[in-house]
Amino acid sequence: MLRILYFAWLRDQLGCPGETLPLPQGVRSVQDLIDRLRARGGAYGEIFARPELIRVAVNHSFATIDAPVAANDEIAFFPPVTGG
Amino acid sequence: MSCVTVRVQAEAFDVTHETALLLRGREDVGGVGAFTGIVRGGGGLVALELEHYPGMTESMMRQIAESACTRFGLTGCTVIHRVGRLEVGMPIVLVLCAAAHRKAALDGTEFMMDWLKTSAPFWKREEFSNGRSEWVQPRAQDDAATARWGTLGT
Repeated sequence: MLRILYFAWLRDQLGCPGETLPLPQGVRSVQDLIDRLRARGGAYGEIFARPELIRVAVNHSFATIDAPVAANDEIAFFPPVTGG
Repeated sequence: MSCVTVRVQAEAFDVTHETALLLRGREDVGGVGAFTGIVRGGGGLVALELEHYPGMTESMMRQIAESACTRFGLTGCTVIHRVGRLEVGMPIVLVLCAAAHRKAALDGTEFMMDWLKTSAPFWKREEFSNGRSEWVQPRAQDDAATARWGTLGT
């Protein structure tokens, strides 16, 4: 199962900290996954139409939009970090 | 062999205690660089709420700490970042770098803070006295400060 996590204002706006789902057919990259999430419309449509606001991690490492996604991966979407 | 300690915690930290742990059993340390970040007030700010990504945050902090040890030849370093609700005036982050000489200890401390601010997954939400609350926006100057170090090199 694919595990998707949302942090900070993404989670607030989506109203959900994450979800687990089977790897959707045809999803091979982070970009594919973003396209699927955007197609849900509503808050997902708004947020994932602006990928420049989002950072992504695949299995705890920062990743680019063209990074591959496989079944059982953990994909996290979040805003640029502001710690320290 | 350098000794790296990385922790994410809600509780306060004790700088004296952490420094003693870094020095324990060593005779090759000539100085310890230390930075304590504090929740700065102003503009009606009451507190910060700190969120992190359990697992990835610790893993990034460890990469940063190990990279600092290699790059500056540190004998050891400690990085502790607090999470949860932290009021104005409270300590939020601690970086300690032990080295044979001052420059390495101080440069290592700056290096770690710059990388922590731009690549460890933490997010701050500001809470104001009028009840308003908003997520902190990233600052371009933090990215610029980190860029001067090149790559993390791990």
